[in-house]
Amino acid sequence: MSGLLVNELSVSHGAIAALRGISFSVQVGQLAAVIGSNGAGKTTLLRALSGLNKASSGSAQWNKSEILGARPDALVRRGISHVSEGKSVIPELSVRENLVLGGIWRSDKSDTNAAITEVVELFPILGQRMSQSANTLSGGERQMLAIGRALVSRPRLILLDEPSLGLAPIVIEQIFATLDQLRRKLGLTIVLVEQNAMSALEIADTGIIINLGEVVASGKASELINDPALRAAYLGY
Amino acid sequence: MELWREERHAVRKKIALFILLGWLLLVIGDRVDELRVYQGAQIAMYTIALSSIVLLTGYSGQVSLGNGAMMAVGGYAAALTLNNLGSPVWFAFLMAIFFSALFGALLGTAAARLSGPYLAGTTLALAVGLPAIANQFSFLGGEPGIFFDVGLPAQSLGEEFTQYKWFFWIATFIALLSLFITSNILASRFGRTWRAIRSNPLAAELSGIHSSRMKILAFTISSALAGLAGAVLAMTISLVAPGAYTLTLSFALVTGAVLAGVSSLPGVVLGALILVAIPEIADVLANRLGGGENVSNYLPGLIVSILLILSVIFTPNGPGENLRKHRHKKASSH
Amino acid sequence: MQKLLETVLIGISTGSIYALMSLALVLVWRSTRVVNFAQAGQATLSTYIGFEIASRSEIFWLGLAFAIIAGALVGAGVDYFFMRVLFKHAISGPAAVVAPVIATLGLLGLIRSIVGLIWGGEFKSIAAPASKDGFTIGQTTIPFSALNVLIIATVSLILITLAITFQRTNLGLSLRASAYAPEIAQLAGIRTARTRTIGWAIAGGVGGVAGMLVTSYNFLSPYSLDLLLVFGFIAAVIGGLESMVGSVIGALVLGIGLTFILNYIGTSLVFIGGFVVLIVVLLVKPDGIMARGKTRRA
Repeated sequence: MSGLLVNELSVSHGAIAALRGISFSVQVGQLAAVIGSNGAGKTTLLRALSGLNKASSGSAQWNKSEILGARPDALVRRGISHVSEGKSVIPELSVRENLVLGGIWRSDKSDTNAAITEVVELFPILGQRMSQSANTLSGGERQMLAIGRALVSRPRLILLDEPSLGLAPIVIEQIFATLDQLRRKLGLTIVLVEQNAMSALEIADTGIIINLGEVVASGKASELINDPALRAAYLGY
Repeated sequence: MELWREERHAVRKKIALFILLGWLLLVIGDRVDELRVYQGAQIAMYTIALSSIVLLTGYSGQVSLGNGAMMAVGGYAAALTLNNLGSPVWFAFLMAIFFSALFGALLGTAAARLSGPYLAGTTLALAVGLPAIANQFSFLGGEPGIFFDVGLPAQSLGEEFTQYKWFFWIATFIALLSLFITSNILASRFGRTWRAIRSNPLAAELSGIHSSRMKILAFTISSALAGLAGAVLAMTISLVAPGAYTLTLSFALVTGAVLAGVSSLPGVVLGALILVAIPEIADVLANRLGGGENVSNYLPGLIVSILLILSVIFTPNGPGENLRKHRHKKASSH
Repeated sequence: MQKLLETVLIGISTGSIYALMSLALVLVWRSTRVVNFAQAGQATLSTYIGFEIASRSEIFWLGLAFAIIAGALVGAGVDYFFMRVLFKHAISGPAAVVAPVIATLGLLGLIRSIVGLIWGGEFKSIAAPASKDGFTIGQTTIPFSALNVLIIATVSLILITLAITFQRTNLGLSLRASAYAPEIAQLAGIRTARTRTIGWAIAGGVGGVAGMLVTSYNFLSPYSLDLLLVFGFIAAVIGGLESMVGSVIGALVLGIGLTFILNYIGTSLVFIGGFVVLIVVLLVKPDGIMARGKTRRA
């Protein structure tokens, strides 16, 4: 099938197994929310998918070709962008430079400029701060910049690691709404890792719940939200 | 009480070992020719110098490229004491230790806050700068240097007893004594504390270790050892001059220590052997290969550099590490 | 007053050459976290090649051009064949502190020995591209010469070129991003390993220029650039290894400081002067002049 297909993915840090036999699938154009508490292995999952960490076994395919073991920069060229934990912007560079960075590998410079313009339309606040150093941005603005940078490379699959971390509720709403919009308008496939389970599942099509490195539940997001046992265990109420 | 008895046993065994070693070396010294005896003295000198690196870098984790400068301090202190105060030789060596320790303490205090490349840079600057001071002040003898003459061997040792053999005896005695003391220091809680600081400075601080004080202590003792080695060097060439304590010497010391295992005290003997043997092996090779002056001048450097690079890549902690790993593998596969 | 002026001018000229070396060291430190002592060896090899071209063609600038190319190739080669191999074998244990330093020291010795085997140890010299005679103003002759002016001009040109490259080109952006945040750079699609090699090539080329400029007024031997390395390193540390601007400032501070010591105190104390300047700066600012609150350490 097209889309992201993860099969029995395992990652070990030395003797410690961070991920054990993770399997799930995300269809093209869908948003999958990966939920779990701290230390569950969510970040490790994304890092294995984007090539930053090595997987010890298993496979992951994007549109029927294997992505495990490839270098991060090679995956960017295949249309996979990873917005890593911690805002993923380079504070020493300006806002504009951070955005340009997203398209630096592309040979089509005019399209890169067009992409940057589109990002500024999506996040107007960035347009006002183009020449400012990225470390002058607020938390929410940095997150927008990070997502913006990923978008400049015109990805088909976006991996997002806890974009809501440390942000005010109203900003979180804004960002999640934008993600939803991106998925609908551009047909992007999105894997959204979150601790903020409720908000994530509300905009998601599928949900995957991970605990201690293993998948404990998965399925349609709407069903997961309404299952009382799961709600009690993982959503807190 | 059990532990005490064990420790005293270990110390007594060590003393016996060293005495045995000393006797062995003297016997060997009797049976080889002048050149080997002289090289023996050189090896003894390098042993002391390398042990200063093992303590400073291998144990307390501070990278110094300037131990050659500390050797210079010791050498000059010894020579000045001997010539101007007319004191006995052993006192001159003692002054070498004292002044280089003092210097080391000062340097250590300034350097305690520095780490990694900043410390390396500072000691590098010292290595280049210090010996050149001799050129400025006349009482330091300038470029040609000052004589350092420990005198002829005692009459009672007989007519056959050459000057070089005398050097060899003195150097070996000093080397054995200083190695013994150093190995005790390294085995004590000082050694353990230094290793703790090196492997995890934050944890060390949190468990109450006063890092800067210990680091300064490491610098002090290491410089004392280097200074002693510098005085022994002066004895073997009967001279102290800036040209004897060059940057190349500082580099050679670090090289020798790494080749033999930077945290292994027994390794200093191997390191010293290598440092003395390589120029000679290179000479032999150069003669076989022909090629003239270029080859004989630069072949030793080529061999040492290749050895060094290979050893950093394959046995960064010295040959002992690979042997230990091998034994572990064998043991665990049963 | 005149002596003061002379001192400052010569100091700037000397310092500008140190600036090239310290810049090269900082470039490599920022991208690879290694102090590349082999920089002196690379510069020596490049300068010998430049010397060959310059003496055959009798054109200094042609030699300089070849030195830059040779330096870039050697620099790239060292990173590609040596550094990558070195970092594949991750080093732990007591040697971890000292291993990278020793490795580059070993490389320095290796390159130097090869140079010595090929060219021998006798001093060589290159005809300077400008006069070494001091300028005469009225009755007096100051030791500042046309060559000094040329040196300052050449270094300034290179610094400006580098600044433009780093700040205004995509290559420069890639280099900076790879140095500041290698993971983020990778996730943005930058081939950080290749970018790093380019950084080493630039550092190597810059080192080649430094070597040629020094040799325009000094003899060339397998050991003649060692001092340049030491002072370049001191300058880089003074400026705080993290900042390229800092390395230039540190070099000028060092150059002027050393010339002061040379003119007002004595020749042999120049070397220990380097140590004194360094220790004074580090006592006040252990991470160098340009260090702010947050510093990136090894």
